[in-house]
Amino acid sequence: MKSVEIVVNGVERRAQVEPRMLLVHFLRDVDGLTGTHIGCETSLCGACTVLLDGRAVKSCTVLAVQADGHAVTTIEALATQGQLHPLQESFWEEHALQCGFCTPGMILCANDLLARNAAPSDEEIRKGISGNLCRCTGYQNIVGAVKSASRKMTRRAAAVAGKK
Amino acid sequence: MAIATKSKSNGKPGANGGNGAAVPGGRWVGQRFKRKEDPRLIQGISHYVGDLRLPDLLHCVFVRSPHANARLLSVDVEAARTSPDVVMVVTHAEVAAIGCVPCAGSLPGLKIPNHYVLAKDQVRYVGEPVVAIVAEDPYAARDAADLVAIEYDPLPAVVDMERALHMSSALVHEQFKTNLAFTHVIKNDDVDAAFKRADCVVKQRLINQRLAPIAMETRGVVAQYLPGEKQLTVWSSTQIPHLLRTQISLMLGLPETSVRVIAPEVGGGFGSKLNVYGEEAIVPWLAMKLGKPVKWTETRGENIAATIHGRDQINDVELALKKDGTILGMRTRVLADLGAYHQLLTPIIATLTGLMSTGCYKIPAIEFEVLGVFTNKMSTDAYRGAGRPEATYLIERMIDVAARELEMDPAEIRRRNFPKPTEFPYTVATGLVYDSGNYQRSLKRALDLAGYDKLRARQKAARKQGKYYGIGLSTYVEICAMGPSAAMPAGGWESGTVRIEPTGKITALTGASPHGQGQETTFAQMIADLLGISPDDINVVHGDTAVVPYGIGTFGSRGTAVGGTALYVATEKLKKKMAAIAAHLLGGKPEQIEFRDGRIGAKGSKKSLAFGEVVGAAYAAKSLPAGVEPGLDATHFFEPSNFTFPFGAHVISCEVDIETGEIKFDKYIAVDDCGNVINPMLVEGQIHGGIVQGMAQALYEEVIYNSDGQLVTGTLMDYALPRAADIPELTLERTCTPSPVNPMGVKGVGEAGTIGCTPAIVNAVCDALAPLGVRHIDMPLKPERVWRAVHESNISHSDKEARAAAVLRVAAAAKGARRTTTGRRA
Repeated sequence: MKSVEIVVNGVERRAQVEPRMLLVHFLRDVDGLTGTHIGCETSLCGACTVLLDGRAVKSCTVLAVQADGHAVTTIEALATQGQLHPLQESFWEEHALQCGFCTPGMILCANDLLARNAAPSDEEIRKGISGNLCRCTGYQNIVGAVKSASRKMTRRAAAVAGKK
Repeated sequence: MAIATKSKSNGKPGANGGNGAAVPGGRWVGQRFKRKEDPRLIQGISHYVGDLRLPDLLHCVFVRSPHANARLLSVDVEAARTSPDVVMVVTHAEVAAIGCVPCAGSLPGLKIPNHYVLAKDQVRYVGEPVVAIVAEDPYAARDAADLVAIEYDPLPAVVDMERALHMSSALVHEQFKTNLAFTHVIKNDDVDAAFKRADCVVKQRLINQRLAPIAMETRGVVAQYLPGEKQLTVWSSTQIPHLLRTQISLMLGLPETSVRVIAPEVGGGFGSKLNVYGEEAIVPWLAMKLGKPVKWTETRGENIAATIHGRDQINDVELALKKDGTILGMRTRVLADLGAYHQLLTPIIATLTGLMSTGCYKIPAIEFEVLGVFTNKMSTDAYRGAGRPEATYLIERMIDVAARELEMDPAEIRRRNFPKPTEFPYTVATGLVYDSGNYQRSLKRALDLAGYDKLRARQKAARKQGKYYGIGLSTYVEICAMGPSAAMPAGGWESGTVRIEPTGKITALTGASPHGQGQETTFAQMIADLLGISPDDINVVHGDTAVVPYGIGTFGSRGTAVGGTALYVATEKLKKKMAAIAAHLLGGKPEQIEFRDGRIGAKGSKKSLAFGEVVGAAYAAKSLPAGVEPGLDATHFFEPSNFTFPFGAHVISCEVDIETGEIKFDKYIAVDDCGNVINPMLVEGQIHGGIVQGMAQALYEEVIYNSDGQLVTGTLMDYALPRAADIPELTLERTCTPSPVNPMGVKGVGEAGTIGCTPAIVNAVCDALAPLGVRHIDMPLKPERVWRAVHESNISHSDKEARAAAVLRVAAAAKGARRTTTGRRA
């Protein structure tokens, strides 16, 4: 067993884990955060995408011990102060989900994309989310939702800058 | 944390606001209303089976066969039993009392092998479960699985369904002395005469490859037994909780009243969860034996190997036509690869292909023969479309093959054979009665949107420049709203219960348990319009057999047309009762009462009561009209009088790079007609997703077993699902031809995209390559396959290419000799 300290959604979590324990199992089974889903355990589907120090990773291919001393953000922490994140709002408004299983991973992957490229083109969005599979939506509304969120975030950032 | 999830402007109220009718243009029906399901899903706070946490939960894993066909010589589980944290290990011997996996399909002469939940004496496909292990920790269970020692005696595998019918073939089930599970024929008398009369007969062999449904959530089961209460609760990722409860009770020998099945959040199904699997009986059995809850979550590897597959047919089709393109008759022979055992609907899928094989055309004479064949593979069963994509593919490809033969425009030959809109309800040669249709209108709209004439001009210009640009059409019709009970193995009705609670909030219970379709939203929109209230006041509940009256489930595009209609009628029953109470309180006649904007009163009168006042009166029961019972609760079991037949036209244009075999899409236009629509946003979502699953078959996906029966596409690395960057932008439009079969005029839309898409793509690519003499390419149209078709058909292109093609042909012949040289028939 190995002792780890991982900051999950802003809260420090200490636990004794087997060295082979996957980060996704740590999040779901040790921390009880089941919003992160497991779709393939081989990093091909992206359902388990979380943010590790702000960057999207597939948590089925990261060991819990590798996350020791790092910060993880899961879908449960994306909404803040009672407000949905613009990506969550846009996914809802644009009907970018059906069964919802891929949605947490897809939203966190898109979050990473928008952090690197605030105003991506359709093609850049499609490429950017290509590590995440969705079987229900055919992707079109996901592309629309990411685009809409990017506009919202740009607008809101401008409004905040204006206030300052 | 509480999140504000009420939307500010959810659906613009329609023109005919709250007039008490659930038709498009109502206050809610027809609006792009945001889904009620989504707040929990976008925040990761919903509960799929794998998310359930129960005290003392144990974890189950399965050891599965690595062989396609082998005798089990010995199964040594001792080391696994003594492995740390392991609490139980079972083989067939221990679970022999569990009944076989059920098959609901009945056809005359159908051979049904025993399908044990754990293999007995012999394994017959890669992935067949042999041993179940339960441990306190999932990692410990997996460790123990590695310690199970099974000695197999491998037998020759039956892989190719044509060879399987040869006398010399190995057998999947020795006792049947044949691999032919059934023969099914649909025929009307004048087929031979039609072919004799024909000016032109076109023949083509079409392969509809095996696919894996791949719901993003794999299957999973959690079971808990309370011995004092004698209550078994099974949480399963299923599309059919009630049917599953019945089958679990039969398999385990429990009274059905002791079994409760809950389908919590279900992460996609596409037909793969319209089934009863062995694991759904073993896991409850283990929970009962151990007195603790047990959980099993399917891995993706298990999902590809041991969850049902779809399609897998070889279609030999002949079409007889007159010179002017009029179709006189069709002969089809289908080989259907069933896999090793029957799952719930395995044998009947290809019979649906037969029923729909005339498509949207007047084909007076048909002969359709299906041969169901056992092979050493996973069972095929219902996968999005279930037999109808195969039907649409075969007729839509044949129409194009015929058009080319007759040098006709593919749009013109289609129009020539459509029934007129005035001919509906239209009886086709297979005996089905198509409810309503206007195929001319959807095709015209699709061609207009695509700019068909301009696309043809562009094609002409491209060809002059040595470019290969193609246009593909598909005009499909599908059979939905499954279905009248007479045509369904386990009843085709659906239940709906509407309960208006004393506070005026509404609980609607539906047997049509959804898995992503959004019925919590659409059913609320519908009921809201009928009662003149807000969808926010309606909670649609599903997926729990202890709460919801017996129902059938969500599949076959039946949710809205059958399940929705059940709720519609139940709501109408309550309206009648409330109208009687309101008329009694206000004075006047119940027939004059209307429900509008949260008030109930006589039409044209200023006197009215708040919705809640009438509800209160029904529960207080102090002043009810004579003969009216207290309370507001109504159930309806809706039995549809017919199927519905949605239809549409898809037009695609693309350019094929003959050097690389790559296909570049230009336009994708889909004009679908699913009758009246409750929520256009959700309908579009279904069509988007459906089309991409159709594209997946046309372009990428194929379950491949090698000649030993080994599954070589067992991961998502090898089984190629489309990704966002692979998919072009889709342009959708709808025409609306309401169905006369149900009061809302709805038809169903869950499978339309998948059914309409595939032939359009293959037609487009074959159209692009027509100048090279390419007549047909089998799916999936991978670049390598397209390149090969181009080069094999055009070996005189240049010496260099001729040599390359010849080399390929030799290689292909050596590799494929086994597959291609056998005769057509056993």
